[in-house]
Amino acid sequence: MGKSSLHVLKGLDLEIKEGEFISIMGASGSGKSTLLNILGLLDTHDAGTYHLNDQIIENLNEKKAAILRNKFLGFIFQSFNLITYKNALENVALPLYYQGMKRSERNKKAMQYLDNVGLKDWAHHLPNELSGGQKQRVAVARALVGNPKVILADEPTGALDSETSAGVMKLLRQINDEGMTLIVITHEEDIAEMSDRIIRLKDGVIVSDQKVKKVKVKS
Amino acid sequence: MFKFIFDIDTWQEIFEGIRKNKLRTGITIFGVMWGVFLLVALLGLARGFENFFSKQFGDLATNSVFVWAQSTGKPFKGYQTGRTIRLKSSDVVAIRNNIDGLEFVVPRNQTQSQVIRGLKTVDSGIFGDFPILDKVEKKNLIYGRFINDNDIDERKKVCVLDEESYKQLFEIDEFPIGVYIKINSINYQVIGVYKPFNMGGGPQGGIHIPFSTFQQIYNQGDNIGWMMITGKPDYEIAQIEMDVKLLLKNLHQVDPEDERAFGSFNLGNAFKQFTGFLTGIQFLTWFVGIATLIAGVFAIGNILLITVKERTQEIGIRRALGAKPIEIKQQIVLESVFLTSIAGALGIIFGGVLLFYIDNLDGVQSGVVPLVNPTVNIPIVLFAVLLLIVLGTLIGLIPAHIATSIKPIDALRDE
Repeated sequence: MGKSSLHVLKGLDLEIKEGEFISIMGASGSGKSTLLNILGLLDTHDAGTYHLNDQIIENLNEKKAAILRNKFLGFIFQSFNLITYKNALENVALPLYYQGMKRSERNKKAMQYLDNVGLKDWAHHLPNELSGGQKQRVAVARALVGNPKVILADEPTGALDSETSAGVMKLLRQINDEGMTLIVITHEEDIAEMSDRIIRLKDGVIVSDQKVKKVKVKS
Repeated sequence: MFKFIFDIDTWQEIFEGIRKNKLRTGITIFGVMWGVFLLVALLGLARGFENFFSKQFGDLATNSVFVWAQSTGKPFKGYQTGRTIRLKSSDVVAIRNNIDGLEFVVPRNQTQSQVIRGLKTVDSGIFGDFPILDKVEKKNLIYGRFINDNDIDERKKVCVLDEESYKQLFEIDEFPIGVYIKINSINYQVIGVYKPFNMGGGPQGGIHIPFSTFQQIYNQGDNIGWMMITGKPDYEIAQIEMDVKLLLKNLHQVDPEDERAFGSFNLGNAFKQFTGFLTGIQFLTWFVGIATLIAGVFAIGNILLITVKERTQEIGIRRALGAKPIEIKQQIVLESVFLTSIAGALGIIFGGVLLFYIDNLDGVQSGVVPLVNPTVNIPIVLFAVLLLIVLGTLIGLIPAHIATSIKPIDALRDE
C-alpha cells in the first residue's frame, strides 16, 4: 500500500448510458482497473469530474461513498471476494444487511437471486465448497441483489477456465438483456466480443471506442 | 447506536464472526480472562493476608505500653549507681491517680516453673494476673473461663492453661476443667484453657494464676514484675509512656535523666510497623493489579489489531458492498466488548473458585498459613473489568480506525 502518487489515467472522456454492456480492455498497467475502481468509488480521482446517475462525485467522504456503493453499484471481482466463513446465501444477503433490510426478507430475496444464477441447492455451502464458476455466480448474485444501477466486473472470468468463463459471460449477457448496465474489464478478446461496446486503454488514455457488431442470433 | 446494540442482526453478525473464528476468539478470551483471574486471585490473597493480621491484632489493645523496673544507671540523692528497683503495688495506684488518659493499668508478675500432672510434666511460665488482663489482651478461651475477682479475693489456687501446656498434660480432647495439676508441688485446679496469639507484645503463652495467689506463694509481698498500661483511644501512648516513667522515677528516687532504671515496650510503635507493612502489601497489590490491567488492555488492543489486520480484506469486501465506516467500527468494538465481558466474567468466576479452594485448604483453616477469608470486593473487581473493557475499547478504536481509513480498494487488495 504505497503512498506515492502515480498518474495512471491521463485524461479520458467517457459516457456510459444506462443499459449498456461495456468491456474495457488494455494491457497490464494501462489503467483499466484504476478506471473501474474510480467508477466504483473504491478509489478517488484527483482531477476531472465524474457523474454517477447525474450526480457529481466530488469531496466524497467514506460514509457517502458507502451509501452510494450500496445503492447504485454492484461489484464482481476476479478473486470472487466472498467472505470465507459465510455461506453462499449469507454472502448474497450481505449488501441487503447494509441496506438495513430485515433478516427474513433479505434471506428470501437472496435465495431468489441465488435461484436466478442456478445455485439454489448450494445456498448453505461455504465458498470453499464451491467451484470457481459457482463462486463467481454467487458473486454475481451478490452484485445484483441490491438492485444497483451499474455492475462493475474486474476480470470476472480471469480465474476461470474457458468453459466456465463462457457460462459466466452468458449470465452477464442475460443480466444486461434484462436492462442492467454492465462494465467489464477483461484482456480476453472473446470475452470482450460478448459485450456491446469495447473501450481500449493504453497508458491511461482511450485508444479506441467501438461498438461490437451483433453476431448473436436471437432465438 | 442504541438500535444497533439491540438489533438481532448485529448480534447474528458478531456470533457468526466469533463462531467461525474459534481460535482467535479463544486466545482473546484466554488472555483477558488470565489478567482478570490474576487480579482477583491477587486481591483476594492480599485481603486474606490483611485479614489475618487484623485478626491477630484485633483483640489486642494496640494503644498500650509495657513498663518494668531494672537497675539505676546514675547516682541520685545519695544512692549509688546500680541500685535494683522493684515496682510496687503502690506504683499502680499512683499511676492510676496521676496520669491522664489511662484506660487500664494491669500489674503482672511472672516466674518459671515445672508443672506436673501424674507422669506428665511441662516447663512453663507462670503468671500472676488480674481479671482485667482479659481486657487488654483478650484471651481466646477453648475451655472454661479466665480468672475472676472472686479468685483474687480468696487467693484461690486455680489456673488457666495455655493450649501448649494443655496438650502436654492432657490426652487429646480430654476435658480439663476441674482437674488438678501441680505447680511447684502445689495443687491448682484448672478453670480454663486458652489459645495464645501468634504475635503481640510482651510474653505470650504460659499459665495464669490469680495475682494474689502468686504474690503469696512466691513471697512477692508488694512487688510487681511489670505492668501493662493502656491509653484511651484519643491519647498518645508515647506521651503516656514518658509520663509514667517520669512519675516512677520520682516515686523511686531515680534521676529523671536515668534511662536505665525503667524499661518499656511500646506496642503502639510495633503496631505502626505492622500497619506500615500491610500498607506496603496493599500498595504492591494495587501496583501489580494495575500493571496486570494495563497488560490486559494492551493484550486486547494487540489482539484487535491482529484481528483487524487479518480481516482487512473482509472489511474491504464489506465496504465495497456498502458498509459505512461507522458500521465496521461498531462491529469491531462491539465484538471486543462482548468478548472482554465474557472473559472478565470467566476470570472473576475462576478467581473466585481459586480463592474458595484456598480458603478451604487445611493449612488456611487451621491458621498455619497466614490467610483469613481471602475475598475480593465485588465492586472493585467489577470496576476493574469495566475499566478493562473501556480502555480495551478505546485502544481497539485505533485498529478499527485504521481499518476504515485506508481506501477500500487497498483493503481489498490486501492478502
